Amino acid sequence: MRVTTTVNGTERTADDVWPGESLLYLLRERLGLPGAKNACEQGECGSCTVYLDGEPVCACLVAAGQAIGREVTTVEGLADGQSLHPVQEAFVEAGAVQCGFCTPGLVVAAHDLLARVPEPSDPEIREALAGNLCRCTGYEKILDAVRLAARRQATR
Amino acid sequence: MDFLQPSSWHEALAIRAERPDALPIAGGTDVMVELNFDRRRPGALLDLTRVGELREWSVEDGGRVRLGAGVPYARVIGELGDRLPGLAMAARTVGSPQIRVRGTVGGNLGSASPAGDAHPPLLAAGAEVEVASAARGTRRVPVADYFTGVKRNVLEPDELIAAVLVPTAAGPQQFCKVGTRNAMVISVSAFALALHPDRQAVGTGIGSAAPTPRCAPEAEEFLAGELDWAARRPLPEGLARAFGERVAAAAAPIDDVRGTAAYRRHSLAVLARRAVTWAWDDLRRAA
Amino acid sequence: MTTTQTGARTAGRIGDNAQRPDGTLKVTGEFAYASDLWHDDMVWGVTLRSPHPHARIRRIDVAEALAVPGVSAVLTADDVPGENAYGLEHADQPVLAADVVRYEGEPVALVAADHPETARRAAARIRVDYEVLPALTDPRRALDDDAPEVHPGGNLVRHLRVRRGDPAPTAPVVVSLDFEVGMQDQAFLGPESGLAVPAEDGGVDLYVATQWLHVDQRQVCLALGMPPGKVRLTLAGVGGAFGGREDLSVHVHACLLALRTGRPVKMSYGREESFHGHVHRHPATMTYEFGAERDGTLVYARADVLLDGGAYASSTAAVVGNAGLLGLGPYRIPSVAVDAYGVFTHNPPCGAMRGFGCVQAAFAHEALMDELAAAVGVSPVEIRQRNGMREGDRTTTGQVIDSAAPVAELLERVAAMPLPPPLETSDLRNLPGAVGNTTHGEGVRRGVGYAVTYKNVGFSEGFDDYSTARVRLQVVAGEAVATVHTAAAEVGQGLVTVQQQIARTELGVERVVVVPADTTVGSAGSTSASRQTYVTGGAVKAACEAVRTAVLQRAAVALGGPVAGLALDGDKVVGAGGEVLAGLADLLGDDAVEETVEWRHRPTHAVDPETGQGDAHVQFAFSAHRAVVDVDVELGLVKVVALDTAQDVGRALNPDAVVGQIQGGSAQGMGLALMEEVVVADGHVRNPSFTDYLLPTILDMPPMRVEVLEYADPHAPYGVRGVGEPPTISSGPAVAAAVRVACGRPLRRVPIRPEHVTGT
Repeated sequence: MRVTTTVNGTERTADDVWPGESLLYLLRERLGLPGAKNACEQGECGSCTVYLDGEPVCACLVAAGQAIGREVTTVEGLADGQSLHPVQEAFVEAGAVQCGFCTPGLVVAAHDLLARVPEPSDPEIREALAGNLCRCTGYEKILDAVRLAARRQATR
Repeated sequence: MDFLQPSSWHEALAIRAERPDALPIAGGTDVMVELNFDRRRPGALLDLTRVGELREWSVEDGGRVRLGAGVPYARVIGELGDRLPGLAMAARTVGSPQIRVRGTVGGNLGSASPAGDAHPPLLAAGAEVEVASAARGTRRVPVADYFTGVKRNVLEPDELIAAVLVPTAAGPQQFCKVGTRNAMVISVSAFALALHPDRQAVGTGIGSAAPTPRCAPEAEEFLAGELDWAARRPLPEGLARAFGERVAAAAAPIDDVRGTAAYRRHSLAVLARRAVTWAWDDLRRAA
Repeated sequence: MTTTQTGARTAGRIGDNAQRPDGTLKVTGEFAYASDLWHDDMVWGVTLRSPHPHARIRRIDVAEALAVPGVSAVLTADDVPGENAYGLEHADQPVLAADVVRYEGEPVALVAADHPETARRAAARIRVDYEVLPALTDPRRALDDDAPEVHPGGNLVRHLRVRRGDPAPTAPVVVSLDFEVGMQDQAFLGPESGLAVPAEDGGVDLYVATQWLHVDQRQVCLALGMPPGKVRLTLAGVGGAFGGREDLSVHVHACLLALRTGRPVKMSYGREESFHGHVHRHPATMTYEFGAERDGTLVYARADVLLDGGAYASSTAAVVGNAGLLGLGPYRIPSVAVDAYGVFTHNPPCGAMRGFGCVQAAFAHEALMDELAAAVGVSPVEIRQRNGMREGDRTTTGQVIDSAAPVAELLERVAAMPLPPPLETSDLRNLPGAVGNTTHGEGVRRGVGYAVTYKNVGFSEGFDDYSTARVRLQVVAGEAVATVHTAAAEVGQGLVTVQQQIARTELGVERVVVVPADTTVGSAGSTSASRQTYVTGGAVKAACEAVRTAVLQRAAVALGGPVAGLALDGDKVVGAGGEVLAGLADLLGDDAVEETVEWRHRPTHAVDPETGQGDAHVQFAFSAHRAVVDVDVELGLVKVVALDTAQDVGRALNPDAVVGQIQGGSAQGMGLALMEEVVVADGHVRNPSFTDYLLPTILDMPPMRVEVLEYADPHAPYGVRGVGEPPTISSGPAVAAAVRVACGRPLRRVPIRPEHVTGT
């Protein structure tokens, strides 16, 4: 099956896609975009979070064919050229990154939260990021990063 | 495996009739897990995400919400919290934000898991499932008759779920779900309650505590008969407790990796007692 | 020439909060984890695993699988060219099961194909004729005379005896309990993955996520029948480890397939396979007894600890060592009798996980300490302070603690931290059950619990524990660059950052490149036992010192003066007053100065086999936790509202990273206390998924206040003390204690399930 979809603003095509493949496999193994991660492949960890038509989804739960003709934005598409997005900057500065396997998904989920709610309360941050498991940090520095990114975005 | 992508409801039903081996997929939150975990290899996937009709909701004559099978939970929360509060509360407990923008009530009904979060509030509200086939057209099945076994439902091989019809809430509704962590968890037990002061009736729904989601009819009748609908005086604690016990008695739970049968029964009694207390307080405040 | 200009102090030295060098790559998705690897012409490898916990393999027929279009190889035990055995301590585990499978999930065959789905379908066509055998799944039966033998020679992996003081002690106050700890999973997020590339010399290059490249290399060589020169390992990006990557996973399998097909082979487990593909934390059954004076001062302790090692030895013997030698907690106890056992069963193999034997024991000794406090009528803090170790005390093995042991102070600090505000019911997200809407405050009771621990740092009991570092200093495009090369595995903890900080500190240069870890440099030992900052940090420091000495000698010659008083800073050679004497660019020209150092900490010693006495450990690390929980006692649901800790880290080389380690470690301990368990029934894992193996989410974790003490260990480089493990040990028991206080039940098993709290 042929899948053509717009990824990070560019139209991309993959051929011979097995219909049981997920958008995650398509991105990682066929389109050379391994930023979205393959931690659980059952929608429980959020490490494969990408935007699909502007909504944050688990790429592992989207069939590749469902993305035909849609717009996908991955973590690779968030930075503006060489300059990191404020959410990405904040994750590095706040020490929210350890092994980093959860990071791409969390960055996308936090990016989405701050786009919708520029000044989230702590319970709002927690509810919004509850679908993104992190095994390294205990989440404290992830909260720090989201708060820092919110402040940065407010002053820009 | 084929990938079938109808762009209209009509086309979807036609494909469904031709391809009984096709597995319908909407939000993918159940189907893709089965594919990724190599538990299922259907002959085809029938992608319903391009069928625009499924993604709409409307209010029917008589005040029922006709909720298209493809409306995701996030929209139920955002758009229907006032009309269908019980369903919206349940929707908020489904998975994570990423799951809620994809997962649908129709998909929940399709999977028909005893743990499906949408089922108890649909039972409590007295909803109907609208299913259709190319050959026989549309039929509506009361949700209480819809589930036939663990992950089984009344759908014929050529049928698809079109919508669910849910009466707009006439009174307070509650949904409570027990899980062993504070987010993103499959229910160990769940309970939904709807008070229908207009007809002095009570609706209930139990999840994860029987082979199928089910109502607690005896508890409903008991409570409806005991409640002081006219004066709406405070709820006697003994009544709330007795209701809880009857709800628990309606369950037929098992021990599994998520919890024990005894705990499921116990927790239902507590949830039902608390839910009726909150709902009755809401009703009194509204008066 | 004289000058008064002073060199600029290099930023990002030890003690600074230097940022991770890989941080930017990780937030942009460009960091290459093992599962991200890709090679032209590569094929995918998958593993066929046993569905039975115990069975004899009568026959394997691979013909149908081989006939599947797109399949390039199907391998079984017969295709293992070297020894069909591997293992960390004993090579008792087959690379592919030959005649018997001993646990559910044991690898039986391998397939390589052009697409993972092709490989899976082919694997499903391998016909394995099993004769299912009775499985030994109750570890308490393992040592019975009539128990079936998992391996010839019996089911005992190790029995450790510790005896000290009065052999028949009595005391006026005696408390005892039985305790059980379930099987925890490391649940690193990055699944086991690797890429094996066949090389022109007939060998193989393996890129893999691991904790210890050289111990992997030794085992892969054994199985492939190749010398180390032909099996080269490079660390691929590691998505967390926590002990679960000490044992081999895809390593030999990927190499076998690559050598057979002549093509690069990628293997990457799914989450379900990951649950079968690595060892877990040992489940434990424990009986403890404390005897004390009426004021609570400990007189004696007895403990019996049984650890289920599962089907293969892995690191069970060392885990038994820790449980036995450290399993009475950080207390002064005159008389001690401990028996710790590790046994074989047909359950999933267990081995290393953060906290390594101390985690299980701490649940028991801390629960019992609370019992003792109640029995003598003092507070949980007071009973621990009264009995807590101090510097100069002897451990239960008679070893003198020769650096800080601030148990009382750690407790004082956590006890003095502000308590969280009282229950606030207006937002469901703050309540037990959260948006599950299970309570609006009804049935909720608050509990506060305390726990302390100590943990050995580094490998113990006489193990030759060392690391190797190669450091090079040269000038590139006018700028001094230090290159640090070790085989130490960065698994997320921040070792790459610390290596840079050490090189900046010792060599006074800004730019430090940490090159990928591989086996072209000597072993760094394992990234485990909280040891890398200490041991590889020590090696990097020593190598930098050697480089610095060489450079300063060269400077002394060039400047025509003595070496004494010279130093490196800001890419310059500076004098005693900080005055710049020469630039490194001028001094070194195109030369590079390189030194390789193998560095060891003080030796440790085996313990006496009869008494368990001896100086088994090189260093101890102490921590204390205070947990505050809100428990819905009617539903058994728990919301942890605070998890505060104090820990002595000797010296924080990177304070932010230290706090990150402590918070992350605390979360793992909390997870074990409340929700994390690999449920095994009759040898079958019932919940191999993140749907039913529950990790704490951000809504489960409370704010965590951390106080870091820095009592330098005079025997360790910079005074550092291992950080990673203590928080995982003391957090869980503190949470369990808090839940007990809230609900009033004894709760002698973790994870605590809702039905335990409610008693239903």
